[in-house]
Amino acid sequence: MLNPDSVGSTFAGTEPITVSQSEVDAFCAVIGEADTSIAPPTFTIRITLTQFEEILTRPEIGLDWSRLVHGDQKFEIFSPIKPGDQLTCSATIESYRVAAGNEIVTVRSDLYRTSQLAISAWSTLVVRA
Amino acid sequence: MNTVGTELPPKVFHLNRELLKRYADASGDQNPIHQDEDFALSVGLPNVIAHGMLTMALVGKYISDLAGGSANVLEFGARFIKPVIVPAGQEVDLTVTATISDMADGKISLTLSATSADVKVLGMAKAVILQ
Repeated sequence: MLNPDSVGSTFAGTEPITVSQSEVDAFCAVIGEADTSIAPPTFTIRITLTQFEEILTRPEIGLDWSRLVHGDQKFEIFSPIKPGDQLTCSATIESYRVAAGNEIVTVRSDLYRTSQLAISAWSTLVVRA
Repeated sequence: MNTVGTELPPKVFHLNRELLKRYADASGDQNPIHQDEDFALSVGLPNVIAHGMLTMALVGKYISDLAGGSANVLEFGARFIKPVIVPAGQEVDLTVTATISDMADGKISLTLSATSADVKVLGMAKAVILQ
């Protein structure tokens, strides 16, 4: 079970992440996108889901990642991501509830490029009962 | 001319096991329910299923094309309501369409539909693009 005291907490990412051309190329190739000068709209899930897993499974937070289902996902893109960008991340646990034994947690990821917010992404994650 | 209520042309994407493996590598999501049939069955799934985020990435490509490039996509969100089931050795269709729901301040709001094997796989799928 997620520790309810963690709701509202914001966690800073550890080190800046540099977006490489090769990882944008690989993502574009899967979806048939020819323009690899800009990351596709959902590319940053590659960064944020890893970040959420690292934070939410910490012992003091306690989410069970092995029974996790992705409920919904939203991106707000203020400035598109490009290869070479250095991004710093923070994650906020926005809400948590239990319904029919399922744990439902909404997490927001904010990605910053040189202190300017580039993308906010919301994930609703469901831990099945 | 595009107006509110206009239905935009559909696009059909094709998924197979090889694409799921490539998306797993590109996204970093190596959950075995998207690659290993025995594992998927063992956790009660009907077969290997596509990553919800792969479905969303393909719908994102459709949106980028409508927008004239990924740089013109401002918002995109969806709920995962049913899995896209990908049996071994098969090509599975994902059909994407959009309707213009609003046009204001130089932006176009879209309501999106994504279906596979006649089943709606995304709910509440919406995007905002630059006009």
